[in-house]
Amino acid sequence: LKIRTIKELLKAELLAGEKAIDLDILFACGSDLMSDVLTFVKEQTVLLTGLTNSQVVRTAELLDVSAIVFVRGKKPTDDILKMATDRDIAILTTQYTLFDACGILYQGGLRGGAGGGNG
Amino acid sequence: MLAEYSTREVCEEALAAVMDDYGTVIRRCYNVESWNFTAAGEAASDIKKVLKQLGINASLLRRVAIAAYEAEMNLVIHSVGGRLEMSVDTKKIVMVAEDQGPGIENIDKAMQEGYSTAPDTARELGFGAGMGLSNIKRCTDRFEISSKVGEGTHLEMHFNLEKR
Repeated sequence: LKIRTIKELLKAELLAGEKAIDLDILFACGSDLMSDVLTFVKEQTVLLTGLTNSQVVRTAELLDVSAIVFVRGKKPTDDILKMATDRDIAILTTQYTLFDACGILYQGGLRGGAGGGNG
Repeated sequence: MLAEYSTREVCEEALAAVMDDYGTVIRRCYNVESWNFTAAGEAASDIKKVLKQLGINASLLRRVAIAAYEAEMNLVIHSVGGRLEMSVDTKKIVMVAEDQGPGIENIDKAMQEGYSTAPDTARELGFGAGMGLSNIKRCTDRFEISSKVGEGTHLEMHFNLEKR
C-alpha cells in the first residue's frame, strides 16, 4: 500500500512528510511500546501509535520507518512534526482507535511482518 | 581516564581518521546525559548517518542503529550519565557504552526479556519494557557486558563487516 492509500483508508490527515506520500508500505505495527517496536519492526513499515513524543519519530528514523499514524485524533507538537519533516517521515493522524486502525489496514492487505506473527 | 567532551559534540581527536595496518579507522564518541529525553537518540542517529555515508549495507546498518539507540536510551534512563563510542575498521564496527553508575546488581536478570527497573517516566515515553539488553545482544555479533554496583556498567558491541 502506498502511504497515500493508507491515508485514505484511515480517513487520516497528513501533518508532515508529504515527500513520502507515494512510498510503498509492506508491513504495519501497532504499539505504544517503542521497546517492542525496536525488537521486530522491518523496513517499509507504517507505525501506528497513541504515543506522540519525540522518541516515536526517533524510533522511526532509526528503523527506517517511513510513516507514523497517530490514532484517536492525536497530534504531536510542531517541533516533533518538524523533526519528521526533516527526516522525510510521513505523519498522519486518524480518528480511529489503534485497534480499529490496525484492523482497517489488515483488511487493506498489510500484515505484521514479524516472524512470529506478532505486530 | 578519558577526557570529558561537551555534550553531544564529537571529539575532535576522535574525528581524525587514522591509517593503520588494518586500514582507515573512524572513531566517534558522544556524551550521553542522564534523563535528557529531548536529546536522547541523537548519538544513535549520528552513528547511523556516519555508517550510511560509509556505505554500510541496510540490514547491518539497522542492527547497529537499534543497538546504538537501545544502549543510548539505557544510559539516559538508568545511568548517571555516560558515553557512547563507535569505531570502525575494515573488519568490524565496535560500539562501547560506558557509564559512571549506578551499576547493575544482577546482570542475568537484567538480560531477561521483560525484566525492568525503569521508572514510570521512562515507560510513559514507550521505554523500559525490559527488552533493551536482550535486543542489543540479538543485534550484535559479539556482546559483552560487565558491571559493578557503585562504579558503573561497560557494554561492548561488535558487528562483523563480513556476512553473518
